[in-house]
Amino acid sequence: MKHQITLTVNGAEQRLAVDSQRTLLEVIRDDLKLFGARESCGMSLCGACTVLVDDLPVSSCSYFAARANGRAITTIEGLGSPGALHPVQQAFLDHGAFQCSYCTPGMILTAVCLLRENPSPRAEEVKEFMAGNLCRCAAYPDILRAVMAAAG
Amino acid sequence: MDAGVIGKDVHRVEGLDKVTGRVEFVDNIELPGMLHGMMLRSNVPHGRIVHIDTSRARQLPGVHAVLTGDDLLAMPIDPFTGPAFKDQAPLAIGKVRYVGDPLAAVAAVDRDTAEAALDLIDVEIEELPAVFDVNAAMEPGAPLICERLVPARTFADLIELLGGDDVPATSNACFQYKLRRGNVEEGLRQSDRVFAHTFSNPPSQHADLEYHCSIAQWGATDRLQVWSATQSPSYVRIMLANMFHLPESRVRVVVSYLGGGFGSKLYTKLEPLAAILARSTGRPVKVRLTRKEEFFTITKHGLTAHLTTGVSRDGRILARDSQIRWDTGAYADIGPRVTHKSGYTSAGPYDIPNVRIDSFSVFTNKPPAGAFRGFGIMQVCWAYESQMDIIAKEMGWDPVEFRLNNVLREGDTQATGSIVHSLGLAESIQAVADAIGWEKTAPIPYQAVQPANGPLRKARGKGIACSMKAVITPSISAATVLMHSDGSVSVLSSAVEMGQGSDTLLSQIAAEELGVRMDDISITHPDTDVTPYDLITAGSRTTFHMGNAVRLAAADVRSQLWPTAAEMLNADAVDLTASNGRVWARSAPDRSLTFGQLIMSRFGARAGTITGHGLFETHHGETDMQTGQSDNVTAHWMCGATSAEVEVDVETGHVHILNLVTAVDVGKAINPFACRQQISGASLQGTGPALYEEMVFDAGQLTNPSFVDYKIPSLLDLPDNMEPLIVEDPHPDGPHGAKGIGEAGIFAIAPAIANAVADAVGARIPDLPITPEKVLNAIEEAERHGNRR
Repeated sequence: MKHQITLTVNGAEQRLAVDSQRTLLEVIRDDLKLFGARESCGMSLCGACTVLVDDLPVSSCSYFAARANGRAITTIEGLGSPGALHPVQQAFLDHGAFQCSYCTPGMILTAVCLLRENPSPRAEEVKEFMAGNLCRCAAYPDILRAVMAAAG
Repeated sequence: MDAGVIGKDVHRVEGLDKVTGRVEFVDNIELPGMLHGMMLRSNVPHGRIVHIDTSRARQLPGVHAVLTGDDLLAMPIDPFTGPAFKDQAPLAIGKVRYVGDPLAAVAAVDRDTAEAALDLIDVEIEELPAVFDVNAAMEPGAPLICERLVPARTFADLIELLGGDDVPATSNACFQYKLRRGNVEEGLRQSDRVFAHTFSNPPSQHADLEYHCSIAQWGATDRLQVWSATQSPSYVRIMLANMFHLPESRVRVVVSYLGGGFGSKLYTKLEPLAAILARSTGRPVKVRLTRKEEFFTITKHGLTAHLTTGVSRDGRILARDSQIRWDTGAYADIGPRVTHKSGYTSAGPYDIPNVRIDSFSVFTNKPPAGAFRGFGIMQVCWAYESQMDIIAKEMGWDPVEFRLNNVLREGDTQATGSIVHSLGLAESIQAVADAIGWEKTAPIPYQAVQPANGPLRKARGKGIACSMKAVITPSISAATVLMHSDGSVSVLSSAVEMGQGSDTLLSQIAAEELGVRMDDISITHPDTDVTPYDLITAGSRTTFHMGNAVRLAAADVRSQLWPTAAEMLNADAVDLTASNGRVWARSAPDRSLTFGQLIMSRFGARAGTITGHGLFETHHGETDMQTGQSDNVTAHWMCGATSAEVEVDVETGHVHILNLVTAVDVGKAINPFACRQQISGASLQGTGPALYEEMVFDAGQLTNPSFVDYKIPSLLDLPDNMEPLIVEDPHPDGPHGAKGIGEAGIFAIAPAIANAVADAVGARIPDLPITPEKVLNAIEEAERHGNRR
């Protein structure tokens, strides 16, 4: 079954016809050609496909696109650009908080949400909040430093 | 020359692209008319393929091709590939050898259609007896998994296979590494105490976050183009050229960024199947895996090691016998290299006069095992460093002192007969011992974290371990450096940026050699049409080998421009130097030229390219095949040491890492931040297989092929404190003295943790991972024997 949906993606309205089974990740990558969200487990366990839906982080690999109807989606592409980085992106850059960067967009978007909810988290709170974002290169110490620095 | 960037914490050259999510991974690429390929996999561990009926699948609208192993045999191709033996076809031919072995493939307009088509394929398989354990697989009469061994002869370091013939296999052991030094029997006889133990590692998985993905497209004139997430573009090109009987010049392999590799994306993986499907359909085809399929594609070897070690009362190791069996799964992949490379040091990084090593690569009906960060060193280190502490404890020796008494040092003869140079191992051991506050008392005072009232719940202990590895030798890296008409520079290299920071490192080396700014350098990623041969991006090779090749290529550019510069500056060429993109004579520093001005003068216009070539080769000495003795087995040694402090919950068996310190001898830290990040990342990655990562099989069926049941370290698994330490023992052949560092940080993590657990609760776990259940059982065992401290 096809659903007519309207999403606001990175500030721009998108009207799409999607199958019931289609995930938000598939729509973002295949239809909208935004490749910052990436699949790595397909079960919402790794965080690589994280995007913000109405400012909350969701695993877009396990989130039906139809469910996002009427909502505002933010992907890494909408967060900041090379000339105007978001403070969290700048902190990740300054602290070298990535290696291969496959997980980086998900990490950054999750951190953005954390800092909105809790502007000065303790290290333990950062770890708890971001435990669902995996980094196999294990750049975790740098990631933790970057998030703490972004919190100021 | 001087760009002032060597030894500096230079930021990643691709950093902006990475924090904005703009780096390209292969799965981002879509070509017009592209189809999607997917595979049907065996659900039995060993069986003869009786019949595969693809007729229903072919009729499904949107399906362009359905292929089986029989179809491959009917094509004018050589379907078999493999880096050691040509034993694996993209689709099983004749029989399946493990649960997950691909036996049919579909190319369809989208993944949903391809998946639906897979469900319509009917398979009839006659099951054969299967074997899953390496020891059982080596028993006479065990089911034979691979019937014929055809050496691939593609890698010069696999010397045992170079002269090997195509032979019918008589056992499941496909490869043996053999080393004999001194007389082990005599050495054990002369020893005051002899210790014999068996240790094991289970198979585990790389779990690099980016899935394997390859896209193939054929041109009208028999020209094959492949985009692939591979660590070995040069090798993939050669294999595809062989497969399709094409000149290498007609096969182009392009690699963008990799979302991690750790050895999983080496040699051919999905490229042959993508190319075959593309040829069959006349359309570009993308094949990418799912997380579950990653577990069926390549694994880290399981191992069992039986070590017999003799020591003298004064703290010397006199003899060691290492009997090792590697579970290479159903196809050899690079199992023989893992066996071979780790074979050199399977007796540990120690000066031992009498050594015997027999190490076998053994087929079982499990997913193929291949390269994983360290090429087997993690597994052998687990065995010998666990035993070192058992010996130290039994003999009443301090584990650090015992190691320092025996560790190889400059000028010592290693077990292979090669003389050791530039091995900062003793310094690494000392560095991690100092950093963790090791006290020279044996045994270390027991520290209990005891509640004011009630029984003991948590115990603390410290452990140490160390290791060394030979870099793959012989090997080849080549690079091209182009200087354009404005003086900016392109570095053309087949080194793959998979997260380790090679783009930044190679930029630093090129900038320094030419005296240009970092911003003037651009890295051209692997494209076998333009980037020259590189063996593989693995084995901690890139800094040492590609670093040297880029340095030579940059020097070649300079040497071509220096006559012009000497003329223009009216100076002697030897007096010239450059920095910050300007060239001048040391004797007359007030007058300088930009590289752009030099090229303008050289060509008379803003035109032309200066092309520099760099070729770096390493060679090994002759090896006696009966004893493994050689005067030179490796271009350089790499090494590292780890100390760990843990807290063990005596009631739950949970191990918490309080402090994890790893030192690696990097030779010279070209980028100290990047070095520490590699050491830290390797250390943390090593905590997974140490404490919980394990592929669990039930009668050949993998029971945990997902991140639900196969856990990898998260932020919550960070030790309370971590210290990556840099040791610098420069290598005369390394660029600026640098050596490879990507692997050494992971070698000794598991035994350091196990040794700390043993120190805390007197319990020894010989079989990884160190799960709470095993810890509780070991505590109970230790209490029975009165070992609990």
